[in-house]
Amino acid sequence: MDTNVLFIFILAIFVGFEVISKVPSMLHTPLMSGTNAIHGIILFGGILVLADADTTLARALGFVAVIFGSANVFGGFMVTDRMLQMFKKKKQP
Amino acid sequence: MSSTIALIIIGVAVLFILGIKLLSSPKTARIGNLVAAAGMLVALLALHKPGGDYVWSQGWTFNYTLIAIGTVIGLIIGAIGAYSVKMTSMPQMVALFNGLGGGAAALVASLEYFSGAHSLAGITAFIALTMLLATLIGSLSFSGSIIAYLKLEGKFEKPITFPGQNILNGLILLVILGLCGWLTVNATAAAATPAFITLFALALFFGVAMVMPIGGADMPVVISLLNSFTGLAVAADGFAINNLAMIVAGTLVGSSGTLLTLLMCKAMNRPVTNVLFGAFGSSGSSKAGAGDLAGKTVKPLQADEAALLLSYAQQVVIVPGYGMAVAQAQHQVRELSDELVKRGVDVRFAIHPVAGRMPGHMNVLLAEANISYEQLCEMEAINPTMDRVDVCLVIGANDVVNPAAREEKTSPIYGMPIIDADRCKTVIVMKRSMAAGFAGIENHLFYKDNTRMLFGDAKNSLQALVTAVKAS
Repeated sequence: MDTNVLFIFILAIFVGFEVISKVPSMLHTPLMSGTNAIHGIILFGGILVLADADTTLARALGFVAVIFGSANVFGGFMVTDRMLQMFKKKKQP
Repeated sequence: MSSTIALIIIGVAVLFILGIKLLSSPKTARIGNLVAAAGMLVALLALHKPGGDYVWSQGWTFNYTLIAIGTVIGLIIGAIGAYSVKMTSMPQMVALFNGLGGGAAALVASLEYFSGAHSLAGITAFIALTMLLATLIGSLSFSGSIIAYLKLEGKFEKPITFPGQNILNGLILLVILGLCGWLTVNATAAAATPAFITLFALALFFGVAMVMPIGGADMPVVISLLNSFTGLAVAADGFAINNLAMIVAGTLVGSSGTLLTLLMCKAMNRPVTNVLFGAFGSSGSSKAGAGDLAGKTVKPLQADEAALLLSYAQQVVIVPGYGMAVAQAQHQVRELSDELVKRGVDVRFAIHPVAGRMPGHMNVLLAEANISYEQLCEMEAINPTMDRVDVCLVIGANDVVNPAAREEKTSPIYGMPIIDADRCKTVIVMKRSMAAGFAGIENHLFYKDNTRMLFGDAKNSLQALVTAVKAS
């Protein structure tokens, strides 16, 4: 296997830790929701698998995977945005 | 991989990292979310097969029609979920989306395990292992998230425990690991299919068994943990199907999610092992502290008396909790606060890190009602000033103001930092009934001499308070 990929994997672990080292508790939920949307990238895994599916069973399971992944990514970003809308500055009357 | 694709994926990685970074500051959080979404869009355009061909440059086949339909169905489900959900139920929605992601990761890995269509080197032991891990973690995240969702919906909030539970779970885990080991080296054996299906089923069951014994109050931590699990499953899938963008995104979520889980536990001053295996608030501890309360009574008061206390105070601190969220009373809270400020009362809000059912829950609700940032105080900032506060108005909060956390070593919440409401001159507790809080324990605050109880639905009580303050 490609060791470069493993290298990137290890570095990504450290970046993930470092990038949120200081986050106020009021942002814990939106941050969780935002990262939840990012792992929605699994949609692309679903797309790749379904694109090359050659049996009915594989198509059916790939189809479900695409639906799940798509709901994860779109729903994830939308629900995070809705949460964060609430943080906007107070309107001046 | 062509250098164009490599460059695009570097861009995707930068957008995701930047997105998470921006998400961790209140001012930039919303932009951060959009930056991460932009990263996703770029990743979609660069979607390529392991050999380097772009997925979108292939001829349109029936499979592509299925992809389009599936994506649109997912989009509709996601949009309906995201926009119809009430502010109070957002945590459940996150759990649900996370579960779907985990399910997708498990399905992708399962399909790959039997076809190996996207692995350049065929199914080596290492590739098989990544697929099995993705299946295992993804499916337990799927079932675990659904249980977390149901618990937050109030279906079975209380922890469900039975003797020997930990032993049973340990045994299941051993069988799962054994199956993983066997399947790693015997991917092509005839028995691989039934073994794999058994693994899938056991992993689903393990997700349920893992979350069941954990109380509803700890669900945020559980969801955060399952979120990082799904991230890891996605990263493992990335290895299995040779997709660098998935490896990077999944790993980032996995590690930042793990840290976030630890931060949440830290806010509650409990080690993560205690949350996962402690069966917090189980039936045994729900009666803790009830004994020495026998004979003591609470002192109720009416809305007009409370209004008098409030309008003639100099300093008022409002402690919102889950009760305010359920009653959707944040707008009435703002009205009351505005009315008091008009009379020259200094009104501040004390926000406990885990008030409500999600960290940040209260900030979101109060911001929705247009209460300004300056009035919101974190627990550490407000506690040293509590002695000077005339009236502390507790709206539907319970465990986060329970002095047992400070005073009683036997209490299950002992050691959790609380808002010292009991140190104010007068405490007014708004509550629907005398029912115990989410942790299932009695609250001594309600029985203190300087505490008055205002019973009723938070919204109606606040409405009455506003009217009474206006009249006084």
